[in-house]
Amino acid sequence: MAGMELLSDQGYRLDGRKATELRKVQARMGVFAQADGSAYLEQGNTKALAVVYGPHEMRGSRSRTLHDQAVINCQYSMATFSTAERKRRPHGDRKSTEMSLHLKQTFEAAVMTQLYPRSQIDIYVKILQSDGGNYSVCVNAATLAVIDAGIPMRDYVCACTVGFVDETPLADLCYAEEGGGVSSLALALLPRGGQIALLQMDARLHQDHLERLIEAAMTACKGVGKVLDEVVRQHLQEVSVLTSD
Amino acid sequence: MKDTPLSNCERDFLLKAIEEKKRLDGRQTYDYRKLKITFGTDYGCCFVDLGKTRVMAQVSCELVAPKENRPNEGIMFFNIELSPMASPAFEQSRQSELSVKLNRQLERCLRNSKCIDTESLCVASGEKVWQIRTDVHVLNHDGNLMDAASIAAITALRHFRRPDVSIQGDEVTVYSPEERDPIPLSIYHMPITVSFSFFQQGTYLLVDPSEQEERVMDGLLIIAMNKHREICSIQSSGGIMLLKEQVMRCSKIASVKVSEITDLIEKALENDKTARKAGGRCGYAESITQERITALKMDETPVEVTDVKETASDIIQKAEPSPHKVPSLVVPVPGVGQVGQGLKNTWGLEEEDDDDEEEEEEEDTNDNGSAEQEEDLTVMEEEPHKTGESREANVVELSDSEEEEVIILHPETPDRTPKNTGSTSHQKGAAKSKKRQKK
Repeated sequence: MAGMELLSDQGYRLDGRKATELRKVQARMGVFAQADGSAYLEQGNTKALAVVYGPHEMRGSRSRTLHDQAVINCQYSMATFSTAERKRRPHGDRKSTEMSLHLKQTFEAAVMTQLYPRSQIDIYVKILQSDGGNYSVCVNAATLAVIDAGIPMRDYVCACTVGFVDETPLADLCYAEEGGGVSSLALALLPRGGQIALLQMDARLHQDHLERLIEAAMTACKGVGKVLDEVVRQHLQEVSVLTSD
Repeated sequence: MKDTPLSNCERDFLLKAIEEKKRLDGRQTYDYRKLKITFGTDYGCCFVDLGKTRVMAQVSCELVAPKENRPNEGIMFFNIELSPMASPAFEQSRQSELSVKLNRQLERCLRNSKCIDTESLCVASGEKVWQIRTDVHVLNHDGNLMDAASIAAITALRHFRRPDVSIQGDEVTVYSPEERDPIPLSIYHMPITVSFSFFQQGTYLLVDPSEQEERVMDGLLIIAMNKHREICSIQSSGGIMLLKEQVMRCSKIASVKVSEITDLIEKALENDKTARKAGGRCGYAESITQERITALKMDETPVEVTDVKETASDIIQKAEPSPHKVPSLVVPVPGVGQVGQGLKNTWGLEEEDDDDEEEEEEEDTNDNGSAEQEEDLTVMEEEPHKTGESREANVVELSDSEEEEVIILHPETPDRTPKNTGSTSHQKGAAKSKKRQKK
């Protein structure tokens, strides 16, 4: 995709955003009746559903039981219609398995697993439409779902991808930017303590720029965190109004 | 088969040692284990030893049709194979968690950083391109597979030569190495991963974790970099919370380590090149006669000996004189076994950790200054001076190890290695004869 201008001279990006601007985040909690917790989240054109079951007794192989904390089981899948080219396998290929692993790792760090020894928490995430930042959208959706399930967490986990173009960090990349040969960094943050639950970066970037990029990612994550907090508060308000009647 | 879990004692011991900034193999916090790079007979075959971790990488190529969306780019394929030979923890099943992690990390490190010019691998646009396949086999797992695999893969890619091709009209001719010299891949830079393990929720940090350290660690941070200080990939794993400062510190350490390793790779490639030019025996053929492939090697353990003498004499002086009671004699009548009491146990001698542990114990405890302890201490004092000799007397196989070590340091220069290996039928005999030659 050579020749495509990712950042114009006026400082605007392909979709008209400024460098540090996030895409519009819209979310709903409690979208499924059966599940213990669920959430739907849109970040720009990327849409994800997250469902949480548990904590419940260990299912499947009992040998995985941990005597002092809960096991977190994650499955990431992409709907076959989520990308421009139809996907053949919704899950199970190397990339999705890796994504599941990363989600698992992120939530192992954030959920207070020690409160539920010998139990299991399932987190299923599905990408309905993919337009960049799949990992971060999944994390954000799953956070809401976990909160909806009432499972205690240390803090919100907010994730965001940032890129680096023309010496400028771009927040919350969309698909065109991700594919455009930008060095991108995905970061999952617990905003209150500034702790990084997951850090992943691809492509070349000089060491001296790393700090700025991480900084930009952290600011973006904190922005996402605020939106998530608002969503949770609003949801609680709605629910409390319904139940008080 | 499932791996034997680490006992609580071992775990506590390791963590305690790490808290005191000590490592079982005597390394400093930021030290790598000994790194050896050897090549096979073929182009694109590379063995990497990182301490006792051992991996092999083989690069091969094939003409295939390109991918539809990239008609004039060659295809890179990476695969890390974890065979059950390397560790009992590895299972035969196709996709274990570890294997997915390693494979993806290697792919990200080498493909996404665009270190290889894939467009130069195009033969006929949209019809024929080279597919370069890198297979990394883990031969022995002693921790930090990722670093070993990444070094092996990039070195093998640098070492690899693909056959020359020419196009006349629609006809593609592939020349054998005899007809035309094979062509190296064009590689822009060499990304190398450096692993950092974190302990106690990120309080302590170690470079190049060994297998035991990997078992007790809380989390891992892998940074891939090239010598121009460009970061090619970062990946954190395990449920740890990192702080930004930690990441920055790690990236600084990584840049130093990467430049060291890059130099080593360049040197190894250079050595191999001169050896090949000279027509000397190189690669696999040579390693077979030296039993480098099959022999079990033991390296000398670097033991901390700064103040051993002082501590030892200190302990001896402070110790109460031994009660000097003659142990009750157990007459070894046929059929009567003797239990404990002064019999020297030679079981653990082959394990290098033992030395460390013993030393630790002796430095810490001076409770019962028995005759046994004194004896041990004297042995310890001698150790730094003549490790080889004293060990040789006890365990003959160990002589082999020392022998190995001397040769492998510069495996690419065949003139330095003894050509005549004597009778290879009997391993010990062979090793000894070689030894004599060198003295």
